[in-house]
Amino acid sequence: MLEIKNLHVKLEEEDKRILKGVDLSVEAGSVHAIMGPNGSGKSTLSYVLSGRDGYEVSEGSATLEGADLLGMEPEERAAAGLFLAFQYPVEIPGVGNMTFLRTAVNAQRKARGQDELSASDFLKQVRERAKELKIDAEMLKRSVNVGFSGGEKKRNEILQMAVLEPKMCILDETDSGLDVDAMKLVADGVNALRDAGRAFLVITHYQRLLDHIKPDVVHIMADGRIVKSGGPELALEVEHNGYGDILAEVE
Amino acid sequence: MALPQAKQTATEARIDALQLPEGGCTQAAREAALARLRQMGLPGRRDEYWKYTRPDTLVQPDAPEAAILDTGEAPVFDAFDRLRIVFVDGVFDAEASDDLQMEGVEIDRIHDICTRDIHWAKDLYGTLEARGQTPVPRPLAALNTAFARDGVAIRVTGRPSRPINLIYTHSDTASDAILHHVVRVESGAEATILENGPAASRFNKCMEIDIADTGSLHHVRAQGRDHERRAATHMFTRLGRESAYKSFTLTVNGVLTRNEQVVELTGDDAVAHVAGACVGDGDFHHDDTVFITHDAVNCESRQVFKKVLRNGATGVFQGKILVKEGAQKTDGYQISQSLLLDDDSQFLAKPELEIYADDVACSHGSTSGAIDETALFYLRARGIPEKEATDLLTLAFLAEAVEEVEDRDIAADIVARLEAWLSRHS
Ligand SMILES: Nc1ncnc2c1ncn2[C@@H]1O[C@H](COP(=O)(O)OP(=O)(O)O)[C@@H](O)[C@H]1O
Ligand SMILES: [Mg+2]
Repeated sequence: MLEIKNLHVKLEEEDKRILKGVDLSVEAGSVHAIMGPNGSGKSTLSYVLSGRDGYEVSEGSATLEGADLLGMEPEERAAAGLFLAFQYPVEIPGVGNMTFLRTAVNAQRKARGQDELSASDFLKQVRERAKELKIDAEMLKRSVNVGFSGGEKKRNEILQMAVLEPKMCILDETDSGLDVDAMKLVADGVNALRDAGRAFLVITHYQRLLDHIKPDVVHIMADGRIVKSGGPELALEVEHNGYGDILAEVE
Repeated sequence: MALPQAKQTATEARIDALQLPEGGCTQAAREAALARLRQMGLPGRRDEYWKYTRPDTLVQPDAPEAAILDTGEAPVFDAFDRLRIVFVDGVFDAEASDDLQMEGVEIDRIHDICTRDIHWAKDLYGTLEARGQTPVPRPLAALNTAFARDGVAIRVTGRPSRPINLIYTHSDTASDAILHHVVRVESGAEATILENGPAASRFNKCMEIDIADTGSLHHVRAQGRDHERRAATHMFTRLGRESAYKSFTLTVNGVLTRNEQVVELTGDDAVAHVAGACVGDGDFHHDDTVFITHDAVNCESRQVFKKVLRNGATGVFQGKILVKEGAQKTDGYQISQSLLLDDDSQFLAKPELEIYADDVACSHGSTSGAIDETALFYLRARGIPEKEATDLLTLAFLAEAVEEVEDRDIAADIVARLEAWLSRHS
């Protein structure tokens, strides 16, 4: 599904290297987790994959189902099936949450040559998904993320994911700032979407989330590289011993 | 004090090109306005109040030519059931207008207020304009009072079921229209006045609005999409106790528009909101000049002006809140913002507060900025193409101003116009 090969990324504005040769292969139907200390480049990886400005790819490649991601505009990547649940969801005063969602759904459908969703089908779908995530109607009426609590913003990201039904879902610290109940809702939301045609890349600091979303593979990222990969037990190791041992071992 | 020679010459040249109409009972008001005009002179480029907007083409004796725009689309407000009063190049067109009879309102042509002996209108004509000349002179308004060729007197006595729509059509490429309306809203009465249409090549319009205690007036105006015309408009509004005035103006295109709003809150617990949203491209120049005087207790005023500028367009905002001695518990709010879609466009703002009471809450802010890149990326990351995402953010920027339109259907029509304008300009 997602193939990243020897990806090197620096900042556009200054000569700062952030990703220093990332290799990662995520198969359809699987859940991969990336853990790693603050500043190791996890968010940068997710931004570069989704096409944010300000980064320069100096080497390497990234493809989604064989298509070159790095040559596409952000909206083309989304239409191709890539989704990023932002670590810091953006507040957009004046743009209603529903308008935003409907515009996004229809833009993606148009890009794929599909007809627009009827207003009633769209409403029905959003209401169902929102209910599962315990997002009330009032929240849907407000401006995008404006006045939302930290947890509400994260649930709103998952709602967007559920409505857009992407193939490759990247979740950047969707668990941070969530209490246990909210985390459970988010995990349920993700688990409900798991299927053979879809893959997940879950970036997290904590093992907690991985208790609810069982990963197939866990990667440890440090200083712009994936330094170790393993099964779910790797996450437990980090939880108990921190990154120190693993990093020392890699050195 | 004698006027500078150049100003005097320019003023006399303009006056020479005009004829004082047979004013009947408004004759005295017209002559007084002419005397005021001669005393202050027409605006010149060195005048502080015209620092950001060149008055030359508004002042010169002949109107510059302006092409007549036929967009082929339905005019704004067309979808609403309203009483239409049509002016062609600034002259009332009875044929094109509806029957002026409507329950809750009395409408007469300015020409007829003398023959019909309509006292309130005779008394109001030129009065608020004259009051509005201090502390800042507004010579184009004095010129208007003196030389206006037409206009209507609207007296709102109840709650008319339909809005009153003043429609201005443009048929002569060199037309120079001067219209003067007077509006009186009686105690407890409430009405909506809509204005739209290209009016003339050069349009000088003045409206004096006197709102009695507990009266309410809603005003929604759409200017554009004709681009070549020039317009200088004045609205002078006086509010009594517990009365309300809400005015919103949409402007799309126009090489020169200067909209002045002069509002005086003279009765306690009154509310005045003036707002505007404009979008312009290239040699678009749009100036909102607002002066709100609080002269009573516990009044609220709100100014919300938003401008979207691109390809070198210019936006101007001069807004003042004056709180007089004794006008305690004043709640004054003013925001003026521009969204600059490129580096060539500019926004010139002069927000002012002048307060002589101690128990007041006044705030003002003015900002100028580009599209929020973070928000733009967020929208694009969800699959919304860049142009569409930019338009969404642009509409969101304008939303706070459009929200000042209380009628939901009219507000929706305005949003639709803005959407259409944005989608045409890429
Ligand atoms: N736009 C940027 N400007 C400056 N430094 C940046 C920028 N983006 C990322 N960095 C730096 O790159 C490193 C990796 O950041 P990030 O990808 O956010 O790490 P993580 O998500 O793993 O905590 C950090 O040192 C961070 O300060
Ligand atoms: Mg991060």
